[in-house]
Amino acid sequence: MGATMQSTISGRVYKFGDNVNSDIIIAGRYLIYIEPDELAKHAFEMLGEGFPAKLREYDILVAGRNFGCGSAREQASTAIKGLGIKAVVAASFARTFYRNAINDGLTIVESPEVYEAVKEGEQLSIDLASGKIAHLGREYSFPQIPPSVAKILELGGLANYLKANINTLAGKQAD
Amino acid sequence: MGQTIAEKILATKSGATRLSPGEIVDAYPDVVMSHTATWRSVAAMKRIGATKLYDPERLAIVLDHISPAKTEKYAKDQQTSRNFAREYGIKKFYDVDAGIAHLVLMEHGHIKPGDLVVGTDSHCTIYGALGALGTGIGYTEVTSVWVTGKLWMKVPTTIKFVLNGKFNPGVSAKDLMLYLIGKLGADGCGYKSAEFYGDAMPDMSISERMTIANLAMEMGSKCVFVPPDARTVEYLQGRLQDFSQYEPVYADPDATYEQELTVALPELEPMVACPHQVENTKPIGEVVGTRIDQAFLGSCANGKYEDLVVAAKILSGRRIDPRVRLLVTPGSKEIMLEAMKSGVLQTLIESGALVTNPGCSACAGDGGTMADGEVSLSTANRNFVGRMGSAKSSIYLSSPATLAASALKGTIADPREFF
Repeated sequence: MGATMQSTISGRVYKFGDNVNSDIIIAGRYLIYIEPDELAKHAFEMLGEGFPAKLREYDILVAGRNFGCGSAREQASTAIKGLGIKAVVAASFARTFYRNAINDGLTIVESPEVYEAVKEGEQLSIDLASGKIAHLGREYSFPQIPPSVAKILELGGLANYLKANINTLAGKQAD
Repeated sequence: MGQTIAEKILATKSGATRLSPGEIVDAYPDVVMSHTATWRSVAAMKRIGATKLYDPERLAIVLDHISPAKTEKYAKDQQTSRNFAREYGIKKFYDVDAGIAHLVLMEHGHIKPGDLVVGTDSHCTIYGALGALGTGIGYTEVTSVWVTGKLWMKVPTTIKFVLNGKFNPGVSAKDLMLYLIGKLGADGCGYKSAEFYGDAMPDMSISERMTIANLAMEMGSKCVFVPPDARTVEYLQGRLQDFSQYEPVYADPDATYEQELTVALPELEPMVACPHQVENTKPIGEVVGTRIDQAFLGSCANGKYEDLVVAAKILSGRRIDPRVRLLVTPGSKEIMLEAMKSGVLQTLIESGALVTNPGCSACAGDGGTMADGEVSLSTANRNFVGRMGSAKSSIYLSSPATLAASALKGTIADPREFF
């Protein structure tokens, strides 16, 4: 698990379309791994030549509707993190990916406007504290993650969150 | 204002009196299922330094995806899961012989109406066939529920589906769902609950309801409900250990729905999902004649006993096309035994089928791997690129009837001529 969440994320964009499913992000045969580095070696490999190597040259993925649909495999977000991607901005996310990303400490932002506006290779700057994205001199607002859920992301994911709070959260009914 | 089923179940499980869509609550699931992914949740538990479970009675573990182990790595991971189940005294533990987790848990009476069920599988929506709220989560979140007993959940809005009339011969619940997924798209029910009603429902078997609740995930549904009725009671007789706990949850007549969609079942025809998206559906007429190399009859969508029977009726006394490999994977041990006793397995084998042990099989990439350029027709729920082998192979999805008719011809075929 990495460091805690940064408040501003900037970098170059790689752009996908709609319905990028979690089988494409990481194929089932690699679910024998849970380590970000191992998973990243095979991320998006189904898309053919150049993948995943070329994604390492980008910082932010931008996608259309329903990013991460399909399988609930948590390794989809882990693989993206392993590639060095700092955030995913999508018109919308599939709910399992949305949860897994938060639990994995991967920043996700819902913004159909940014998906429409941005082109591959361009720069984006995401300010998480203010809920704004800057792109080519324009500013876009995005809905912030609810505070009760954001605290998981702020600690870098669910495992870190549980580790930090294990005494107050765990095993209340047991004993 | 009345409440939907999802609103009511989430209120009960979070200790709230009533909830509205958009609210976020801490809910306590009745069942937390983990399948082949269990070892990952065990690893996460070690990582966070937890040693105690909130309630071992709520855990259910089924080793279904790669069964039996195919490599040493799988063997080691299954060993980790087994050892965990033994160490913590998990009673609902099922090993590699049992079958697909979803079917095994329902068959063994571990799912009842009104339950909140979470698990390491997106197709947990299938539990809605019995009126339970099922939804998929990742493995670390499963660990979190193991340890804390709860997880945050957002109360969804609900779409009401009204199914009227009867299917024409050769058309089934799978065709209905492919039709709906094609119409609404892969996120047409995204983040939403789906409730199924209509004059068709009393006649819909539990097996068909499972197909509906399973496939509804492919339009993004967070959870799915078929309100319990006499068929639900009949299915649970002899399965549910304590019938005093049978407390079905129904929506109020004045519940608020985001949308209401009516489908006339007699107007439906066999449907096929074309590569590489489930929403890429076409009426059978547009794909008839497409060459297939493999036909896979199985999965939590359509590997149930009724599905095998439908295929066996078409294949009985006939031989499949010699160019086709027909893989049949009964969904569970119970299904396999029933198919063995009734002669269905024999019929399938005599027609040319290769019958495997119960489990997720080819749908999870466990056997039936395809080479470059090969085409598979499958009764499973996903046709994503590379899911069954080469990234240059293709998967079409259909009903068991269409699959059987197509295996006979060697090309995608309309099953209605066999009815």
